[in-house]
Amino acid sequence: MNTRTDGPRAGANVTAIRPQQLQSASQGQAAPLIEIDGVSLTYGEDHHSVLALHDFSLKVARGEFAAIVGPSGCGKSTFLKLVSGLRRPTAGTVTVANQTVDKPVKIVGMAFQNAALMPWRTCLENVMLPFEVVQPHRKRKRTDYALHRERAVALLASVGLADALSRYPAQLSGGMQQRVALCRSLVHEPELLLVDEPFSALDAFTREELWDVLQGLHAQRRFTVVLVTHDLTEAVYLADAVHVLSARPGRVIHSEIIRIHRPRTPRDRFMPAFADMVLSLRSKIGAARGQVS
Amino acid sequence: MIQARLRSFIEPAVTALLFFALWELMCRVFQIPEFVLPTPSRTVAALVKDWNLIWPNAQQTLITTMIGFCISVVFGMALGILVGSSAFLNRCLSPLLVAFNSVPKVAVVPVLVLWFGIGTVPAVLTAFVLSFFPITVNVAAGVAATDRELIDVLRSLGASQWDVIVKAGIPRSLPYFFASLKIAITLAFVGSVIAETVASNNGIGYLMLSASASFKIPLVFASLLFIGFLGVSMYAVTAFLETRLTSWNAHTADQANFAIGG
Repeated sequence: MNTRTDGPRAGANVTAIRPQQLQSASQGQAAPLIEIDGVSLTYGEDHHSVLALHDFSLKVARGEFAAIVGPSGCGKSTFLKLVSGLRRPTAGTVTVANQTVDKPVKIVGMAFQNAALMPWRTCLENVMLPFEVVQPHRKRKRTDYALHRERAVALLASVGLADALSRYPAQLSGGMQQRVALCRSLVHEPELLLVDEPFSALDAFTREELWDVLQGLHAQRRFTVVLVTHDLTEAVYLADAVHVLSARPGRVIHSEIIRIHRPRTPRDRFMPAFADMVLSLRSKIGAARGQVS
Repeated sequence: MIQARLRSFIEPAVTALLFFALWELMCRVFQIPEFVLPTPSRTVAALVKDWNLIWPNAQQTLITTMIGFCISVVFGMALGILVGSSAFLNRCLSPLLVAFNSVPKVAVVPVLVLWFGIGTVPAVLTAFVLSFFPITVNVAAGVAATDRELIDVLRSLGASQWDVIVKAGIPRSLPYFFASLKIAITLAFVGSVIAETVASNNGIGYLMLSASASFKIPLVFASLLFIGFLGVSMYAVTAFLETRLTSWNAHTADQANFAIGG
């Protein structure tokens, strides 16, 4: 990969398909939900330490759908761990919902490439998991059981799994498992959804189907999303803003606001402007990869 | 499905019958003296004739084994959960456990006798000492096999370490636990019989020792046969519990059941 991919129109960073119906994006909004300021993170000790992120800054507005792309090994997943509070930065500050993150953040839901369901639980029981763990639901686990169950059932139904409530994960296809994992990450209505390449292990058709599932859920519930992916089409199709990371140590080298009208349809992916954006991002990543190799 | 289950029962039964038939045949053809190897028919006859002798001793052995086994389950599981859920404890305890397991357990029996005298207590303890190790190792392996990303999901929801163990670690380890029970129950029998042979005045081990001392070889074999039967029965019970309580694992085709012996 090299910079050869620079198309004639790639220079246009902001390409509007229907400019008259602009989507609100990351800039100029109220206080951002996520604010990362000059963060560095070092893994390991002494001689074997690896600088995963360096001088990393990023803002994500409330309700925004942000996508993080970058060359492999650039610290994309590390970034999610920082935001969720599973890891603490070596330097700099991570602020989520106006609070400095120093322990796992309670308002997040997470989903990964691997659905990571509990094979001993049915779909419904898997989706109900957050109610058993997250406060304040946990305290009311018994009294609110019916309510919780209703919410889980409705959510599963909304992603097309109404018939699979009592099936076990091993009886489901990969795409269905990933839907269950998405439901589990959303059922307690978190303000922030962090997803790490959730669709990359799926076949192309299932993946495109789930893009629309996620888009639909986001439109309906207006939570904030950070999607880590290396699929640029996925990033451009789903996100309000795509942030390109450099090679390790990762930092944001380019941010692109995607102003495609929502709801987006598969048709949009075949528009020339869409292709231009993907191409432009691709050249940015190509350049980032070039830095090291 | 039914047919497959029936076959899985009939095939080993036929093999066992063939084995006994061959044994009977060999003894008769080569005219092996009874004090060397009694025929299966003689053995069964002795089992019936000396039932009054075998049954009380077998009961004693069974009770001893079950007590030792139950202690193993509780202790082995607790230790396994600790070792499996904490890298620190794993580092501290693993070498010790391996070293402990490589000591021949028969050598421990005289020490136990020294401490607790002759009788049930050393037999229970030997059964325990022999059978807890596979449970510990397997439960630890099972807990440690918990999906990293599932742990991340739980922690990001605000779960404590204890929550992670209860919600994810213990259920994850159950298939490993039940696989280890099948090994542990047979080892518990080995332990109690060894201890009875060395230092006891009742139990199957003691009965066999005294029978062989007085050249009642058919009685020795009858006791062996019956203790074998008890072992197989207990194995079947644990195998039944395994399929009943971890049926979800059967769906997970690529999930191999590990069972590490001690």
